[in-house]
Amino acid sequence: MTTHLGFDFTPPDVEGKVSGEIKYAEDYKRDGMVFARILTSPLPAGRVANIDASAALRMDGVVGVFTADDLPPSPPPGNPTLASEYVTYVGQPILVVAAVTEEIAESAIDNIRVDFERRDFVVDPMESLTPGGKNAYPEGNVLIRTREEGPGGTPIIGAEIRDIKWPQSAIDAMRNGRNPVDGEFTTEWAFGDIDAGFAESVAVIEEPFVTMGYPHHCLEARTSMAYWENGKCYFHGSSQSQSANNNGLARMMNIDPGDLVFINEATGGGFGSKIGPYPIMAVAGNFSRMLNRPVQLRITREQEFYIGSARSGMQGWIKIGVKEDGKVAAVDLVIVNDGGSTGGGSGNSSAGHVTITFQPENMRYRGISVYTNTTPRGAQRGPGENEMAAVLAPITDKAAAVVNMDRVRFRRANVIDSDGVRSQSQSGVTSAFVREALDQGMRLFNWNERINQPKRTGNGNKVRGRGVGIGYHGAGSRGYDGLVRIGTDGRLYIHSGVGNLGTYSYAGTCRAAAEVLQVPWDRCEILRGRTDNHLPHSSGQGGSNTMFTHTRTNWVAAEDAVNKLKEIAAADLGGSPNDYEIDGERVFSSSDSSQGLTYAQAAQRAIEMGGRYSGMEYPDDINPITQRAVQGIQGTGLIGVSKDNIPGQGQPPGNVVGFTEIELDLDTGKYEILDYAAVADCGTVIHPTNFMNSMRGGAVWGVGMANLERHVYDPQNGLPANTGLYQSKPPTYLDVPTSTRAAAVNIPDPQNPAGCRGIGEPTQGASVAAIASALSDALDGHLFNTAPTTTDMIVNHLAGNSYSTQSLKTNTF
Amino acid sequence: MNPQLTRRRFIKGVIFSGAAVTTGTGYYLANAQTGQSAAERLVTLNVNGRSRPVDVLPSETLAYTLRYKLDLTGTKIGCNRGECGACTVLLDGVPNYSCSVLTQNVKDRAVTSVEGVRSANGTLHAVQQAFVAENAPQCGFCTAGQVMSAVALLNSNPRPTRDEALQAMSGNLCRCGAYEHYLNGVMRASGQIV
Repeated sequence: MTTHLGFDFTPPDVEGKVSGEIKYAEDYKRDGMVFARILTSPLPAGRVANIDASAALRMDGVVGVFTADDLPPSPPPGNPTLASEYVTYVGQPILVVAAVTEEIAESAIDNIRVDFERRDFVVDPMESLTPGGKNAYPEGNVLIRTREEGPGGTPIIGAEIRDIKWPQSAIDAMRNGRNPVDGEFTTEWAFGDIDAGFAESVAVIEEPFVTMGYPHHCLEARTSMAYWENGKCYFHGSSQSQSANNNGLARMMNIDPGDLVFINEATGGGFGSKIGPYPIMAVAGNFSRMLNRPVQLRITREQEFYIGSARSGMQGWIKIGVKEDGKVAAVDLVIVNDGGSTGGGSGNSSAGHVTITFQPENMRYRGISVYTNTTPRGAQRGPGENEMAAVLAPITDKAAAVVNMDRVRFRRANVIDSDGVRSQSQSGVTSAFVREALDQGMRLFNWNERINQPKRTGNGNKVRGRGVGIGYHGAGSRGYDGLVRIGTDGRLYIHSGVGNLGTYSYAGTCRAAAEVLQVPWDRCEILRGRTDNHLPHSSGQGGSNTMFTHTRTNWVAAEDAVNKLKEIAAADLGGSPNDYEIDGERVFSSSDSSQGLTYAQAAQRAIEMGGRYSGMEYPDDINPITQRAVQGIQGTGLIGVSKDNIPGQGQPPGNVVGFTEIELDLDTGKYEILDYAAVADCGTVIHPTNFMNSMRGGAVWGVGMANLERHVYDPQNGLPANTGLYQSKPPTYLDVPTSTRAAAVNIPDPQNPAGCRGIGEPTQGASVAAIASALSDALDGHLFNTAPTTTDMIVNHLAGNSYSTQSLKTNTF
Repeated sequence: MNPQLTRRRFIKGVIFSGAAVTTGTGYYLANAQTGQSAAERLVTLNVNGRSRPVDVLPSETLAYTLRYKLDLTGTKIGCNRGECGACTVLLDGVPNYSCSVLTQNVKDRAVTSVEGVRSANGTLHAVQQAFVAENAPQCGFCTAGQVMSAVALLNSNPRPTRDEALQAMSGNLCRCGAYEHYLNGVMRASGQIV
């Protein structure tokens, strides 16, 4: 019987957060520390012709300047730490100045002369694909994968920038909401026979769509501080991940990972932008080594906009064929991603979302990600899937309407189940209970009754709409390591290499170890937050994967400890390990419970017995990171360590369904979310209160994507128009519903011993999809096919202005 | 000042009062151009009930002084331009964005930061306890500001309605979107959720 899984607890860092005592990277100081500041590019494209820092270096208190020349070369489009030959967006870091005070460092920036050579630039991907269109890089506008035959037939996989232009006919087709038949793509895949699928359809829907990129805007800018001591680099950084950063960050400083102590007690938001080491992290450690002083590099809010990553925007076209029974027979999908300066499009994931939602028998996907001279793009909460959910929901409603089906029942008929397949690979999932979630959500929201209520309620010129949406993201991984230690004090020490993103999954996953060893939570201690706490190899804290991945690692490590407890007891008290069991922090004989050892006694015996019991030996298959961690604690207790070799296959999915009712003011175009209810299919809920917070936080993100957040660039000068929080418009208290409901199907996933899967990312997808669906419902099925759908778009539609989905652009309006 | 300070009200207030919302180079140039002597720069602040002598530059913000000179790093700087509320502290009990308050202007005010709201015996403030009970913080970077706005509200209005609490907290941005849990925490701290 479980004592830890499915029960509330207080993660150990919560008190530090409410008291202000927990430390973020910028909260640390070090004797002799100098302060570094960035000079950024004022141009969207060009190259650095010359840097004259002589005046700055003559200033009292300035201790050094750090440029691209102080780092290994970074060929395009490598998102260099500091740009030189390839300046590709406004705000790109060019150099860093360090001084004994922040004031001097800032003033020194003004005394540096940088000569730039300008280049052509482009901020809209379709403009770049147009014949004669500008390219973001001199070499071209698209990254393509290359494959050559190497020695002995071994393929050499590479990549190069190419210049791709579409014929004007394809551009015109795309801009007018039609299939860009003769457009060139870099990713194409298909399964089944889409022509046959459309032929057997009773209705075919074609729609264009556009979704906007927008910045992550983590509230904690990515400040870092580093110093060197006894040959090791101590690096305070802001990251979603902990152990997953070790190798990459060490490579940035060209040191052995064993010589890096990465310290990351708390992180002020990441949302995908801080999963692994990001380029600016290379500065503090290398500059500190150069100056032989601790260096703090503080990032401003505006700089966080520039270098803090952003969601990729997309322009697309979709064609859906629906059979008489409401089953989707075929899908044809085109996506042009705005990859920003790093080319990071998520079109393939968007297509994956379509396969989850519709389970089409026949599908074709064509995609291309185009560089623009805008900020770097990367993973942001459900990249690809969530923005696809936003535009797909009203289109799905339209498909349901043409076959005269209820919108929820249409989704229920098509969505993935445990036997379903996903994405290009058409591979399976560990389990999926989205239909059960839809059924539960219908009851929770009272769908059947509410959709039959009048849209006009007599509240002025307002109209109501009700919507439903589905969010999905892959939610788990395999093969990482777990590490626990039973001390001679009898306490359980759980070593976690998971980062502290704010999801508390680092703590939730540790509950699995406490469960297996049946140790009361107040007798457990989590060791985390800095490498020298001896942390095992862990996954990046992103992609909603931690709950599935690290309940498994902690489970297997704890099982290893249980086995060792029994072996120690058998060795001391006789019999075989199978004659023993555990309970009450004791290992004892099944036939005579008085014959046993406390965990404290067993830990002492483990030290005396040595070998694998005390970590002097460890399994061959654990990662070198875990090997170092075990070496750091060997001989201090009973060590449980194991790689997750639990058998199984398929992707663990995270699924959420959302239901909402909005009230739209037809005079202003503004709408209020009256009610939001969501149901998750994430296996067993491990930590109920935190589950609710995750569901609600994601719903808030959905409001931002639905109505508020977007990049806006000036196409004439390539300047961003909304670098601040107030202009980028993340939702505030006043923009969101603050009495929402959330629930879970709570059916255990069969491939996780704790039963759980992750849920962080699809919470946003379900929310934005439900809102978009409700907005369309309020307007009698009108399709905006945009994310966000801003108030001005709605007003223009209501006023009968010439707003249309034609010529939609990303980044600009 | 209205204790139910919202971001809009605050920004309006800054504009009309002519107070400086400074960041970056302008801030430092302003300092460089002043001829204020060391004696003039040395001020004694009343922070969390203690007298704290500190050397303060003329255009130095309170957030900067608290974090980098008094080591009160619980106050966070999220935007440094009056947009997010992570740096909220109390001045004579009224919430203010400390990134947008000049330290030289608060010499005669009682400054309370998040480090100053625990009781004398170290017990967490009722708001902090409620935020723990609701598991309200996610990443936690905005939490100190949320705590301070909630403390100010409950000092002036011990049993607010949910809408009053919503308005009072609306100047504090939470990028993680934990608004509902913070709001529940305010209502719990006021004794209206048990």
